[in-house]
Amino acid sequence: MSEPSARSEAEAKPVIALRGASKAYGAVQALRDVSLGLTPGEVRALIGENGAGKSTLVRMLAGVERPDSGEVLLDGEPITFSSPHDARDAGVAVIYQEPTLFPDLSVAENVFMGRHPVRSGRRIDRGALRKEVAELLRRLGVPLDPDDPVRGLSIADQQIVEIAKALSFDARVLIMDEPTAALSGHEVERLFNVVRTLRDRGVAVLFISHRLEEVFEICTTVTVMRDGEVVWDGTTAEVTADDLVRRMVGRDLGALFPKQDTEIGEPVLEVSRLTREGVFVDVSFEVRAGEIVALAGLVGSGRSEVARAIFGIDKPDAGHVTVAGKRLRPGSPTAAMRAGIGFVPEDRRQQGLVMDLSIERNATLTRLGALARLGVIGRGAEQRLASEWAERLRIRFHRLTDPVAYLSGGNQQKVVLAKWLATDPKVLIVDEPTRGIDVGTKAEVHRLLSELAARGLAVLMISSELPEVLAMADRILVMHEGRLIRELPGRGTTEETVMQAATGRIAEAAITAADEGPADGLGKEGQ
Amino acid sequence: MSQPAEAVAAPAPQQSERSRRDFLNAVVRVRELGLIVALALLITITAIAEPRFVEAASLRDLVRNATIIALLAVGQTLVLVTRNLDLSVGSVLGLSAFMAGDLFQNNPDLPIPLVFALGILLGAAAGVINGALVTFGRLPALVATLGTLYVFRGLAFVWTGGSQVNAETLPDSFLSIGTSTILGVPTIALFTVVALVIVGYALRNYRAGRELYAIGSNPQAARLAGIRTDRRVMAAFVASGALAGLAGVLFTARYGTVDATAGTGYELQVIAAAVIGGVAIFGGSGSVWGAALGAVLLTTITSALIVLKVPAFWQQAVVGALLLAAIALDRFIAVRVAERLRQRSTRTTAAAQARNGGER
Repeated sequence: MSEPSARSEAEAKPVIALRGASKAYGAVQALRDVSLGLTPGEVRALIGENGAGKSTLVRMLAGVERPDSGEVLLDGEPITFSSPHDARDAGVAVIYQEPTLFPDLSVAENVFMGRHPVRSGRRIDRGALRKEVAELLRRLGVPLDPDDPVRGLSIADQQIVEIAKALSFDARVLIMDEPTAALSGHEVERLFNVVRTLRDRGVAVLFISHRLEEVFEICTTVTVMRDGEVVWDGTTAEVTADDLVRRMVGRDLGALFPKQDTEIGEPVLEVSRLTREGVFVDVSFEVRAGEIVALAGLVGSGRSEVARAIFGIDKPDAGHVTVAGKRLRPGSPTAAMRAGIGFVPEDRRQQGLVMDLSIERNATLTRLGALARLGVIGRGAEQRLASEWAERLRIRFHRLTDPVAYLSGGNQQKVVLAKWLATDPKVLIVDEPTRGIDVGTKAEVHRLLSELAARGLAVLMISSELPEVLAMADRILVMHEGRLIRELPGRGTTEETVMQAATGRIAEAAITAADEGPADGLGKEGQ
Repeated sequence: MSQPAEAVAAPAPQQSERSRRDFLNAVVRVRELGLIVALALLITITAIAEPRFVEAASLRDLVRNATIIALLAVGQTLVLVTRNLDLSVGSVLGLSAFMAGDLFQNNPDLPIPLVFALGILLGAAAGVINGALVTFGRLPALVATLGTLYVFRGLAFVWTGGSQVNAETLPDSFLSIGTSTILGVPTIALFTVVALVIVGYALRNYRAGRELYAIGSNPQAARLAGIRTDRRVMAAFVASGALAGLAGVLFTARYGTVDATAGTGYELQVIAAAVIGGVAIFGGSGSVWGAALGAVLLTTITSALIVLKVPAFWQQAVVGALLLAAIALDRFIAVRVAERLRQRSTRTTAAAQARNGGER
C-alpha cells in the first residue's frame, strides 16, 4: 500500500471535521464552539473528564445528533447527517462504549445487519455472508464462529464483533468511545494492532479513553476537552501524561491513589476451594479487616464470576464462603447481605442502580427494612439517610429526588457505594470500581475505599487497571483461566509481574519461586 | 479458522465446534419438532379414545378451525419479533368479517377477489393506525393496541347496529371457499399456507425481515445500525392488520353468520399460539412456522377435549397450563444455552490468551 504519499497528501485535508459546533441540552451547554478535524492515517485521542462533552461530539460525528450551530464537514464540504445511516454511508464507523449488538442474532448477522450481501431478487446470500464474516474474523485473528449467537459472548468478543462491523464497510473514519474499558491485556493489544492496520490503510481514527498510557501508545495527536470546550490540541510527542491530566481537570491532582496505611486485623472473608464448573476452579483466599485485596487477571479469567459466586448471585458447584467465622448459604445474595457483604457490581447501569429512581431511593434500597416502621417506609428517615451519605461521599447532585440517570458516571458509582455502605458491611466487594469514571472522581473513589479499609472494612477489589491495583491493594491475587495462580504483595510489585502472571506465562516459575522465595504467602494459593 | 483455537483448548478437546453448533441448532429447531411431536401424541391419544377423530372429514374440520388463528398468528409474529404487540387483531377481524358480509348482502354480484382486496385494505388501514400510534405517537404497543381493540370493536357495533349477516344472504361461490377442498385440502387453509410461506421466506431471506428481528433484539442498536426502525415497525403493524383483514373475510366465508362480536377474544388466543410456538414475547426471536404450529396445537387441544368429553370449563385451564409450560421451557432452554455458551466463551478466551501469551 502507498501509505507515505497518501498520508502526506491527507494531512492538509481532514476527511471529517467539526467547525464551531455547539450543542445544548436544555440549560446545559454540552458543546461550545468546538472544532476538530481527523485526517486519513491519523489516530487522534479525545480525552476529558466525564461530562466534558466527548460523547456529544461523538454523537454529532455519528449522525445521532446535529449541532445547534456550527457544522460537520465531510472532505471539507458541509454536510448534514440526518441519521446514523447517513454517517455510515459517508464511511463513519462508531464503536460505542457499550457494545450495540443484537443478542438474539448470529455474529455474522450482527456484522452485516442492514447490509447483508444479496443475490438475485435481493435475497440474502447466506453463503457469502458467512464467508465474508469468517474472513473478517480471520483478519482480526479471533476464533469466533460467524454462526454463533452473540448472546453469551464476553464483552471483549462483542467488541471484536463491533470492530468487524466497522471493517466490513471499509470505514474511512473510525470513532472508538472507550473501546478498552472492558478489555484487558492481550485484547487491548489485539485491538491496537487492528487500529494500526487501519491507520496504515489511511483510516482516520478518533480514540477516546481514560487510560492515558494507551493514548501515548496508540495516538499521535490529542484533543483535550473540558466543560464542553476544546482546551488543548497537539501531538502526543509534546506533552506528558501529567500535562494532559492537568489540562483535563484544570488543576494538579497530586497523588491519584491515596492509599493509607491500615491496621490489618482478623480474617473476615474466607473463601475456600470455591469452584464453578467451566468458570473457575478451586479458588481459596482470605481478606482481613482493614485490608484491600485486589483480584487481578485478564477479562474472562473468572474474576467477576468469583465475586458473583461469593455474593451468592451464582451458585458454586463446590467450596464455601465464610464471613466472620460464619459459613454462608451458597447461592443466596440475601444470606450474603445479612452476613455483612456489600457488592458493587461491574455494570452499574444494569446491576448497580435503578436508573429511573431518584438518588435517595437508590441510596436507601438496601436499607428499606430498617427504615420501615410496620412495613411503611418513613420518608423523613429515608431522606436523612440519603443526604447523610451524599454528604459523606461528596456526591454532586442537584436534588436528591433527581433520577440517578442524570448523574455522571462517577457520581453514580458513589450512589452505589452509599447504598452498600448504608448497610454497614463487614466486607465490600467492588468490581471495576472506577471503570468509565473521570480522573477527579476516580481519586475520590480511591480515597473512599482507603478510608473504609482504615475503619476496618475488608475490601475485595476487582480491577483491570493495573496502576489502580498496584496503588490500592495490600495483596494482589492473580487469576488466569479460572484459577488463582499467584499471590503478590501490593508494595514493590510491578505491572510487568502482574501481567506475566495474568497471561499465565510465569505461572510455573512463580510457584517454584514461592517455594524458596522469602515473600510471605507468595504463590501459596497456587495448585 | 476455529481449528487452532480448539487445538489449544486443552480443558475440552473432545468437544468439537461442529457438534456444539448442531446442539444449538437443535435447540432452536427443537421447538418446531417438539410441537409436532406433541401434536402427533395428542391426535394419537384422542384417536385411540375416539377413532372418528382421525376421519378425513374430522381432520379437515380441525384444519379449518386452526386456519384463521394460524393466519392471525403469522401476522402477530411479525409484530412480536419487533418487541411490540398487536391486541387489536380480533377487532380488525370482526370489522373486516362484517364488511365482507355486508358487501355481499347488498351487492351479491361483487367479484370475490374485490371483497378480499377490500378486507385486506381495511385491515391494512387499521394497521396503519396502530403503527402510527406506536411509531409517531411513541405509545407502548400494549396500550395503543388495547385502545384500538376497543375502538375497532366499537365501530363494528355502530356499523352493524345490532344486525347480523346470515349465510343465506351470501353467494354460494363465496361460502364454498369455507367448505370446499382442493386435492383433499380445505381451500381456506391454502390462504394461510400461502401467507405462511411468503412471510416465513421473507423473514428469513430479506434484509427487511432480518431487520425486524434486529429491532426486537436491541432497538437502540438497530437505530445505530442505520435501520429505519419506525418504518419497519409500521410495516409489521400494517402486515399484521392486513392479515387480520384477510382472516376476517375468510371468517365470513367459513361461518356465514357474522355479527359485531366476530373474533372477540381471538387476540389472546393468537398471542398464546405464537408464544407456545416459540416466539419471544420480548422480541428478537421466533418463527412464523412455530407460531402457526402453536395455533394448530391450540385448536387441536380444544377439539380433542370436546371429543374426549372433557367439561368445557377445563379447556381454558388446559390452554393456560400449556402456555405456562411453553414459557417455562423457553426459560429453561435459555438458561441452559447461556450456561453452555458462557463456559465455552471462557474456554475460548482462555485458549486464545494462552496462545497469544505464548507467541509474545
